[in-house]
Amino acid sequence: MEGKTREEILRLLEANARYTAKDIAAMLGREEEEVKNEIEAMERERVICGYHALVDWDKTDDEKISALVELKVTPQRGDGFERIAEKIYQYPEVESLYLMSGGYDFTVILKKATMKEIANFVSSRLAVIEEVQSTATHIVLARYKDHGMQLAAPKKDMRMVVTP
Amino acid sequence: MRDFICGKIKKIKPSGIRRLFDIASEIPDVISLGVGEPDFDTPWHIREEGIYSLHKGRTFYTSNSGLIELRAEIAAFMRRKYGLTYDPEKEIVVTVGGSEAIDIALRATLDPGDEVAYPEPCFVSYEPCILLSDGVSVPIALSSETEFRLTPELLEAAVTPKTKALLISYPNNPTGAIMEREDLEKLAPVILKHDLLVISDEIYSELSYKERHVSIASLPGMRERTVVINGFSKSYAMTGWRLGFACAPAEIIKYMLKVHQFGIMSAPTMSQYAAVSALRNGDKDIAVMAESYNQRRRFLMERFREMKLPCFEPYGAFYAFPDISEFGMSSEEFCEALLKAENVAVVPGSAFGACGDGHVRISYAYSIEVLKEAMSRLARFVEKMRAK
Repeated sequence: MEGKTREEILRLLEANARYTAKDIAAMLGREEEEVKNEIEAMERERVICGYHALVDWDKTDDEKISALVELKVTPQRGDGFERIAEKIYQYPEVESLYLMSGGYDFTVILKKATMKEIANFVSSRLAVIEEVQSTATHIVLARYKDHGMQLAAPKKDMRMVVTP
Repeated sequence: MRDFICGKIKKIKPSGIRRLFDIASEIPDVISLGVGEPDFDTPWHIREEGIYSLHKGRTFYTSNSGLIELRAEIAAFMRRKYGLTYDPEKEIVVTVGGSEAIDIALRATLDPGDEVAYPEPCFVSYEPCILLSDGVSVPIALSSETEFRLTPELLEAAVTPKTKALLISYPNNPTGAIMEREDLEKLAPVILKHDLLVISDEIYSELSYKERHVSIASLPGMRERTVVINGFSKSYAMTGWRLGFACAPAEIIKYMLKVHQFGIMSAPTMSQYAAVSALRNGDKDIAVMAESYNQRRRFLMERFREMKLPCFEPYGAFYAFPDISEFGMSSEEFCEALLKAENVAVVPGSAFGACGDGHVRISYAYSIEVLKEAMSRLARFVEKMRAK
């Protein structure tokens, strides 16, 4: 299967992971079996790393907050940023970790937690890593859009029922 | 009191979708596949440009033929997309939607009694606009046998000494049919032989899924006798902005402009500024939307195959036109029964011309999730009807 179809499958799954192989095959004009094999191959190759639900926690009783931490670090000779990254992403509290260009080095996105838990994690886990020079913790106040989906004002079909 | 209404307008039949619309609007959780417009929002950069133009107080008339910068962008668009060259000064007029362009093209060219041949099924406004221009409407009945393409034989059979114009629209609403280059090349000799004007409504030109759209005006000898109509509604998801345009030789545009100038003055200024941004920065938006329509199209065709509903492969616009004649109902009866049984609204083929009977128009300007649910309901309905 050519690279273009792979990319098309990925784009569809990224938009909606619950599309079945049958749906995708129909949309792309392919055989179901072919699409199924391709998805399985991409799962094996870890091109597809997982499937998650996009949850708007604000609509639940959950009181926890989301935080993002900017880290400045001193890269280590020989290891660069890799060793430091490893020290950070091993913590289950870390949801995402990115190495950045620009004014600081790492973006650490934390799993939703209480204010106390976040404060504790940043001060007693992240800040104390020896290569870490400084941290800046930002609290998410509202989520308007996530993974391409508008959470604040979901789209409604405002067209008339029948038009020529 | 006298009856003030003129005979001409009374003779025009009310729109065939009105009745269905009335019923469907009453049903609260109806799933409609009856809409003839994109489900996408106008891309944000285009909306933003419209807002900015208001912000800057650009709330005055533009020149009758439209902002010159917009006409220049239209000329560039026609050149890069279809290889057609038009002079922005004299050969382009910006209109209130493609609909107005159709109307003024007919009004500027028809004398009483002039015949206009046009393939049916077709968009609902063609016949009324011809009649309002004192023309004589000559529908050419197409069928799925030719995949709803116009053939030279059918055209030849419709032409009389009074035929002045041929009005075509490909990619087509309601059938989704396209005309490829070789199909158009076969028509050209008949058009030339009878010295016909061609009004080519190409509003769906960017939604063509087989090969790139070919404008009939780009064939040898055609440009000088063709009015090409296009617009922003379908390709850029801008239906509510009411903006279209016509391109034709200066000698024709001059007179279309006269009708436009006295009837309309100028197209909405805010929309024109937004459209400049659409043409300058919107090629990618078109491609993304077209790809999405194509996926839905394939999805729909696959479902039709599964439920064994005959449907020729539509390669354009965002409509499929399946054949429902096996159920022994008129297309209107079928649509009403489907609506009542399954709360799914589709449009009877007969709303687009008598020869559309036996078909329904199903729009796929809907998300896959909506289409999926609608198709399982349609499949259930089809099963039930067959069991009867």
